[in-house]
This record gives sequence, C-alpha cells and structure tokens, in this order.
Amino acid sequence: MSALDYAAADGTALVEAVRGGRARAREICERTLARIAARDPAINAFTRVLTEQARADADRVDATIAAGGDPGPLAGMPFAVKNLFDVAGLTTLAGSKINASRPPAARDAFTVAAIRRAGGVLMGTLNMDEYAYGFTTENSHYGPTRNPHDPTRVAGGSSGGSGAAVGAGLVPVALASDTNGSIRVPAALCGVFGLKPTYGRLSRTGSALFAASLDHVGPLGRSVRDVAAAYDVMQGSDPVDPASAGRPVEACLPRLGEGIGGLRIAVLDGHFAKGGQPEAFAALAQVAAALGVSRRTTIPEAARARAAAMVITAAEGATLHLADLRTRAADFDPLTRDRFLAGALVPTAWYLQAQRFRSWYRAQVAAVLREVDVLLAPTTPCPAPRIGQERMTLDGVEVLTRPNLGVFTQPLSFIGLPILSVPVPTAGALSLGVQIIAAPFREDQVLRVGALLEAKGAAAAAIVG
Amino acid sequence: MIDHSSSDLEAHVDAAAKVIGLPIAPAHRPGVVLYMGVLAAAAALVMEFPLAEEVEAAPVFAPAPIQP
Repeated sequence: MSALDYAAADGTALVEAVRGGRARAREICERTLARIAARDPAINAFTRVLTEQARADADRVDATIAAGGDPGPLAGMPFAVKNLFDVAGLTTLAGSKINASRPPAARDAFTVAAIRRAGGVLMGTLNMDEYAYGFTTENSHYGPTRNPHDPTRVAGGSSGGSGAAVGAGLVPVALASDTNGSIRVPAALCGVFGLKPTYGRLSRTGSALFAASLDHVGPLGRSVRDVAAAYDVMQGSDPVDPASAGRPVEACLPRLGEGIGGLRIAVLDGHFAKGGQPEAFAALAQVAAALGVSRRTTIPEAARARAAAMVITAAEGATLHLADLRTRAADFDPLTRDRFLAGALVPTAWYLQAQRFRSWYRAQVAAVLREVDVLLAPTTPCPAPRIGQERMTLDGVEVLTRPNLGVFTQPLSFIGLPILSVPVPTAGALSLGVQIIAAPFREDQVLRVGALLEAKGAAAAAIVG
Repeated sequence: MIDHSSSDLEAHVDAAAKVIGLPIAPAHRPGVVLYMGVLAAAAALVMEFPLAEEVEAAPVFAPAPIQP
C-alpha cells in the first residue's frame, strides 16, 4: 500500500504518511510492536509494552481519518516514556522496586496526555536509574539498559531506556527527564537528539520528581524535527506545576528552516575544554567547523556550579524519599541507596549556600549570553563506558565513571538553560554528542542550529539496523 | 578549604542520622560515609566562595490566591 521506507523514516515521515493516507496508524503500530519484540530483549529499554492500548490508540487515529476528521499533528507517531511519567492505569515505577506496590496512576502526565491528544501512539514505558539518580541506567531491579551500538556498554542515564529505544529504532520519540544531564547523556551515548528545554518551560505534573529545583522534562528523537514537533505540542502553562513559567506556546517547528544568520555562536572554554577524552573534543571541533565558529568564551566558576548542583540534588532527592529511607533502605537500589542516605544528612548551610550560589552564577552566565547567543560544549567527556565499569581515565586522571559522565551537563542544567544534544558522526563505532546551548526560553535557537547541522550532515542520529 | 577527615565524616553521619531518626545499617554505613565525603568536597567548593549578603536564593514562594 505504501512506498514508505520504515527503516529510514523518522517520526515526522510516519506522521506525514498517516496524514497523507499512505499508511495506516495501525500498520505502523504493528511494525513497531514487532520491532520491539524482536530487538528489545537484547537492550532492555522497555519495562512495559502497552500492546492493546497502543493498538486502540492507533485505531482511533485511523477512525478519525476515515471519518474526515483531523487526527492531530503527531497522528500515528509511536512514542514511549521513561517510567517516571504517569500513564493512566499503570503504576509509576520511577525505576524503583518500592513504588511497584503503589496504586496505578489515575491519569496521564501533562506531557504524555499532550502527545496522545496530538495523535501520538504510546507504546510503553522505559527503564531508568532508580529515582533518576544516575547517569548509566544500570538498574539493579530491572536490569541494565544496554547501548544499542554495543550491548556491553551503558546507554547513559538516567533516561537510558529513552535513549536506547530511539537509538535502536524501536520508537522515533521518547519522553524523558533531566535534572543534571539525564536527557542529554543518554541522547549522546545512544546517538540521538535530546532536548532539555528551559527550566519551567514544560509541565512536570504527573512525572515523578527527583530534585525539584532542577527537574526538567523533554523529548529525545531521531531527528531535530521529531524533537521540535513533540516539544511544541507539550508546551503550555500549567498552574499545577509550581515551576511552570506560564509562558504562551512559542512553536519552534515552523522556524527550523530559518538558519543561523545573525546568531553569535561560541565554543565554551575553561571547565568545558578539559577533563574529557580527545574524541569528545574532536566531535565538538567537527560541529564548530560545520558552523564556521572559531570564537571561544568562558563561563566563570562552572566547576563550582557542578558542585552546587550535586549538593542540591542530594539534599532534595533524599528529603523526597526520607520516609522510605527510614523504614526500608534495603529496598533501594544499591547504586543509589548510599547516596540518598548521605543526602539526607546534608547540613542546611551547604544546601542554602548552593542555592544562593546558583543566583550568583545565573547572573554571570547572563552576562556571557548578552554577548553570545549560542554556546557549544561536549555533552559527555567520553563515549559509552562498559556496563559495570567503576573507573575511567579522563585527561590522564583516573576518576569514578558514573558521576563524571555529567561533568559537562551539570553546570548548565543548574541554571535551567535550554540545550539540544546533537549526535555527531564519529570515526569510531560509539556515539558522542555536542550540547547546543542558548539563553532561557530560546529553544528556537538551539533547534535552528541543530536543524542546520543535521541538514549539513554534521549531526545525524545513528539508528541501529 | 575545610579539611574533612574521615573520622569527622563518620561522626557527622552517626550523629546527624540519629538526630533526624534515620537508621543506617552497618552494611550501608561505609558507603554513606564515602558519599558524605564526596558531598563534603563539593560543599567545600561552594562554602569557600564569597557571596555578598544581598545574593538571595532563587526560589520564590508565591502565595496562592484562594479559589472560592
């Protein structure tokens, strides 16, 4: 019935085929289910596949089209969500064993509902680090998620299931959360695009919190237009989320082709130019060259910002889970438990001084962003480490693997800047990403830069198979 | 920079856990002390940085109007 090349199609191509009558949503849903069944056992991205619900959603899209109605801007697009998003009728695990005994969610999270209203077909829920406290998705309860490019390696985290599901070509779009790098790190290590919008831009209602001062939600996708399309339909103010910025919808998809004329772009120096393996800086250099960027600039005190983010994360995360830490610490994942317990013992002065430093640092970065529109930095300091790898060498120094995957992401999410991690074609088999960073609420700029890089072939999703 | 000796960290973990009523199993204690050290090192970077008195933490408490 169609000449649609499923292996090559991004989500937008699938939607165009459905809306144009060249494919049925149900047909795409069945192909997606078959691919998940065939490939997911090797990577362990999904914790739950919603077979019957997905079929019903797809049939509803087809019925709307048959009746001459508008099936929505994401009609028939398969997607999946990190298992910290509420899905009506499912218990929200947030990567934990503890939450598995809770009652099912009464309704979909704000963002999940938005994608489904737009015609998206929810295929299931995805693995993550317990309560989002990690960069590797080596979940002791549900097993590690494996990197689709090399199953002996991690997918990144905490949204590793989201990165792996898109990188393995199981779904074109996945929703995830990012507190210190949890969208950007798996996007980079799995070879896909990941957008962490401005803090407060997308509602977190119905998604389990981790460290509320720093929690964001956003999409990963196999193309810039997929990410932009999903992001656009999830916008909108939400009085229920106290962090919601309350801004009107500012659609980015129509602006992707505007190019980067007039944008002042610079590579980040200092903290972001050391402490990484040469491949990470080579990927950055490739992107800078494709954009013709030679300017460099420095954000002061970025390493201190990372330290402050660690303190805030530990204190807020531990306080959120204090009741369970008191009564059932043994039920936590051994990879998060000791860190949560320690976080509960953070002195108030450390926490409040970290919050005050955050204000100071925001003002310093604002000064930089008055001179430059877009900043570039590596996403991770290295390609995907091996599962279980405790230590790695960065710049000749042996460091702990897990916390150091966020060395370049933490100082930026700390003040809520919008960031797109773009996958960069590399000489090696493993993927790397580069962060495109802009001023608050300028998601349009990071997506425009990403779209140009994609058009030039300087950024491209690496989809397995 | 403040120097946190291992015995200081152990003493803090034991005392603070007791004060907030957080039992820490013997098997978990070494890991907790280790990570307390990581947090202490991070916090030292923050605490040694001078901030003017007028620098205020960013979160703003917004009084919510009462809906009838």
